[in-house]
Amino acid sequence: MFDLTGKCALVTGASGGIGAEIARVLHSQGAVVGLSGTREDPLTALAADLGDRAHVLPCNLSDADAVNALPKQAVEAMGSVDILINNAGITRDNLFMRMSEDEWADVINVNLTSAFRLSKGVLRGMMKARWGRIVNISSIVGATGNPGQGNYAASKAGMVGMGKSLAYEVASRNITVNTVAPGFIATPMTDKLTDDQKSKIDDQIPAGRMGTPGEIAAACAYLASEEAAYVTGATIHVNGGMAML
Amino acid sequence: MSDIEDRVRKKVVEHLGVEEDKVTENASFIDDLGADSLDTVELVMAFEEEFGIEIPDDAAESIQTFGDAVTFIKANS
Repeated sequence: MFDLTGKCALVTGASGGIGAEIARVLHSQGAVVGLSGTREDPLTALAADLGDRAHVLPCNLSDADAVNALPKQAVEAMGSVDILINNAGITRDNLFMRMSEDEWADVINVNLTSAFRLSKGVLRGMMKARWGRIVNISSIVGATGNPGQGNYAASKAGMVGMGKSLAYEVASRNITVNTVAPGFIATPMTDKLTDDQKSKIDDQIPAGRMGTPGEIAAACAYLASEEAAYVTGATIHVNGGMAML
Repeated sequence: MSDIEDRVRKKVVEHLGVEEDKVTENASFIDDLGADSLDTVELVMAFEEEFGIEIPDDAAESIQTFGDAVTFIKANS
């Protein structure tokens, strides 16, 4: 697909369905990958599966100190961080009128603030190297909104605005900052839906099916590549036409 | 001229591509030496490495001129 040989990529949320696939695809293109996530077991299993060039870097993204320490740990393990994929995310869905301060703050903290902290943490090395790629994994709901997800949609829209601002600042240093906004993607989470629920979802998608984690990972591989050097501040919507933005 | 002054000047010349004699005590990185705000962040990073010190964000913001940089580094290295 795209040659990432010699590049080191830190992927957060690599224990989840989409994050694991992103790590897998970047690795298959030759990158060294740092697998971060809260649960160590799936990370270790993924690293074992990938073999060489895979490092396990557990991190609880709700812990500010742990997040701030992660870029350094990644550099120690891999030598540098050339590519950062801010993929980790949580949901705490609730109707707006019922949403607690904690539900709001937890989601903003993990999804948006940790992306801010990690981006800031890897920038020094990227500025020195005069090369870097930051890819924020947002969501279709950041653009369209979704009932019950005021906090999640705010965090995902926030990533877009944050990313664009940073993209302005560092473009002259050959660092690009882009966003991938997945629509409905088939993961262990959506596997739990009933067939009826699934077909209702499919009906809303022009492509007539949910996306695959590999289709998100492919967009990331492109944005992380040399070939995408002139793409910055952009959002690639990977949603089967569900929202044409 | 002190050794610290020399080393700071060398870093400024290297990063901003200016003539050595332009880097005077009161020369402002942005107004006189053609730096943009991101250049000043990089300069501070370069000073940190050259002198093995940490320059916190609030201190970094107060370093506007060559003289500011020399004074800060003399006091903290």
